Amino acid sequence: MARMKFLADAERCIECNGCVTACKQEHEIPWGVNRRRVVTLNDGIPGEKSISVACMHCSDAPCMAVCPVDCFYKTTEGVVLHDKDLCIGCGYCFYACPFGAPQFPQDGAFGLRGKMDKCTFCAGGPEPDHSADEMKKYGRNRLAEGKLPACAEMCATKALLGGDSDVIADIYRNRVLKRGKGSEVWGWGTAYGKPDRPAAKPGA
Amino acid sequence: MRKLLILAVAATLPWVVAACGETPTVTVYKQGQYQGKPDKRPWDNDQFKNDRGAWEKSVKARNLGQNEYVRIGGG
Repeated sequence: MARMKFLADAERCIECNGCVTACKQEHEIPWGVNRRRVVTLNDGIPGEKSISVACMHCSDAPCMAVCPVDCFYKTTEGVVLHDKDLCIGCGYCFYACPFGAPQFPQDGAFGLRGKMDKCTFCAGGPEPDHSADEMKKYGRNRLAEGKLPACAEMCATKALLGGDSDVIADIYRNRVLKRGKGSEVWGWGTAYGKPDRPAAKPGA
Repeated sequence: MRKLLILAVAATLPWVVAACGETPTVTVYKQGQYQGKPDKRPWDNDQFKNDRGAWEKSVKARNLGQNEYVRIGGG
């Protein structure tokens, strides 16, 4: 099996935030922490594009490089995880990450910064699988259940793909070759039917 | 006197030349080692009983399930 990766298709994302909600619900993420979020470019302008962003589980992860306490590790499936018992909440990983993935829960009257929290690719962390500690610190371990991340599996338009990088790259390649454009888009005829009068050709 | 002069020049020459030296100012990063607790593999649990093949089969089925061209046809 190759490395686990996410792939976001900006042509399909409809900014429904279903992935964000799925993640929040699955891992019981506290208020103020967003392991995943949807970013929209040119919001409100026709042709706007949205993309779902979280930890991309980099092959050469900058967060791992800058961590002063070396609390990050990479699993055999290429998932970047960290040990919260070791994390000191310094925030270096946040500065290093190009995706803004590391999140820091705030607590108390002065908003004390807690230990770093980020997307785990639904792979839990260094605690016994399916234990209360793992759930509390890292969230649910779906990978150990033979499942893929909740965000990708929940995505209604399949704009967000997650899993074995070879397989999802093939799915995306196949999609790009087949989807066409305008009324040629796959599923258009099912949704809207065929036009009664095809558009007049220029010069006719 | 001449010997003393040569000796003095020989002694001061390394100090004079040392000023022309340049020490590296860029730190070379060395990958650290993970310091935390060990983690188990996803197939090392009661559900898959350390059977990597069964786990991979399960994940692969979910992987392919994301391809709606195949899942609901029409492709």
